[in-house]
Amino acid sequence: MWLELSDLGLTENGVCIVADVTLKVGAGRTAILGPNGAGKSTLLRLMHGLLKPSSGSLQWPQDLSQGMVFQRPAMLRTTALANVEYGLKLRGVTGAERQQRAMDALRRVGLPELAGRPARRLSGGEQQRVALARAWALEPQLLFLDEPTASLDPASGREVERIIHEIAEAGARIVMTTHNLGQARRIAEEVILMDGGRVLEQTPADEFFRQPRTEAARCFLREEMP
Amino acid sequence: MHELATSLTLAGDLIAAADGRLAAIVWLSLKVSLTATLIACLIGMPLGALLAVGRFTGRRVLIVLTNGLMGLPPVVVGLLVYLLLSRAGPLGQCGLLFSPTAMVIAQTILIVPIVAALARQVVADAWTEYREQLRSLGASRTRAAMTLLWDGRFSLTTAGLAGFGRAVAEVGAVMIVGGNIDGVTRVMTTTIALETSKGDLPLALALGAILIAVVLALNTAAFLLRQWAERRWG
Ligand SMILES: Nc1ncnc2c1ncn2[C@@H]1O[C@H](COP(=O)(O)OP(=O)(O)OP(=O)(O)O)[C@@H](O)[C@H]1O
Ligand SMILES: [Mg+2]
Repeated sequence: MWLELSDLGLTENGVCIVADVTLKVGAGRTAILGPNGAGKSTLLRLMHGLLKPSSGSLQWPQDLSQGMVFQRPAMLRTTALANVEYGLKLRGVTGAERQQRAMDALRRVGLPELAGRPARRLSGGEQQRVALARAWALEPQLLFLDEPTASLDPASGREVERIIHEIAEAGARIVMTTHNLGQARRIAEEVILMDGGRVLEQTPADEFFRQPRTEAARCFLREEMP
Repeated sequence: MHELATSLTLAGDLIAAADGRLAAIVWLSLKVSLTATLIACLIGMPLGALLAVGRFTGRRVLIVLTNGLMGLPPVVVGLLVYLLLSRAGPLGQCGLLFSPTAMVIAQTILIVPIVAALARQVVADAWTEYREQLRSLGASRTRAAMTLLWDGRFSLTTAGLAGFGRAVAEVGAVMIVGGNIDGVTRVMTTTIALETSKGDLPLALALGAILIAVVLALNTAAFLLRQWAERRWG
């Protein structure tokens, strides 16, 4: 186990967005599932430290370096390469080494030929891969991914999945949200199902898809299955 | 009607002949106002960016203050700088009163709030888009402010131009601290005011035309730059 959440809650303007989340996260690859508005993105932000919980706490048994790729990646008005270099620059990596590492990351996501292109002018799928490269270049021990393939066509989606697998193989823990059950099945070892800001079920992935423990999960699977 | 036409013709002749006196006045105007704009950008843009992303006590007060001071009356700024630089004033020793430097100081003070307030708006808009991304990558707030200034470099031309437009067009401050001394501190606006009151309309008109042309040209250039940047960088 590398993260423990106890009674985690977030209330914004009197509205309860996440409530009573008690979890032990220990899998290498975790998928958070649930309908729109379930609180999946909010839970990721709480784990990543972008939001401060209004109740409860997070415990990190070991200090993990983290990264996050957002659903809509924000690209700076500069080249794809410079966007990847930016994170390294913040960590004090300089000169040729920085460019080398950024270039390597772009190569790993299959975009070396787009290095010099203005990042915001790239397609959605390309931007998503640049965002993955930007996060990967920092070699995080834990990577949060918020719907990494949401608006991508099937081919780009598969490419992004391949990249996620590679990142995981390189040793990073992955926590991702997705609406794509096939993707969750292909990637995740463990599934967390949420609805209404609460965690309904936390189950090993193969078991979750074979015979979920809760009625809510059975309902969810029935509705989401094509 | 006839008088206006003659004045306009004479004004055209002055510009066409690149009259030496005219050129000196235009040059001084541009020098003073561009210097003031440059200094105001160096102060106002980082200040605006920090006001947009920073979290320090007094931030809200400063935001209200910069917004409020955007409408600072030039004559009041002139008066304050005059008091500061006059022989009995705290900076009287420097002997800067009635010099172009005094005019630069006054115009800088006049437009720093404009540049800061407009830069804050630009950076604040970008901050809503980049906030989580930059924090996730580990940028401190100061670092984020500088990053967003660079990222908004093309939009920020608007802030610089608004400052320059205000500086080059104001009369009150430069009149008071410069003294409108012929050949030393006489700029376009103060000359226009003086020559009009003396009845020398051609010179006033020529300067007025040049003033408008300069402001229009700069705004056009900035507009084209922003358009190019939008196409190039998104
Ligand atoms: N700052 C906020 N103030 C008020 N309500 C919020 C705030 N942030 C999120 N919410 C609400 O909390 C709920 C959960 O949002 P969240 O983005 O976490 O859902 P999600 O599970 O990621 O949904 P989706 O699948 O659509 O991405 C939503 O109903 C949302 O409107
Ligand atoms: Mg979401």
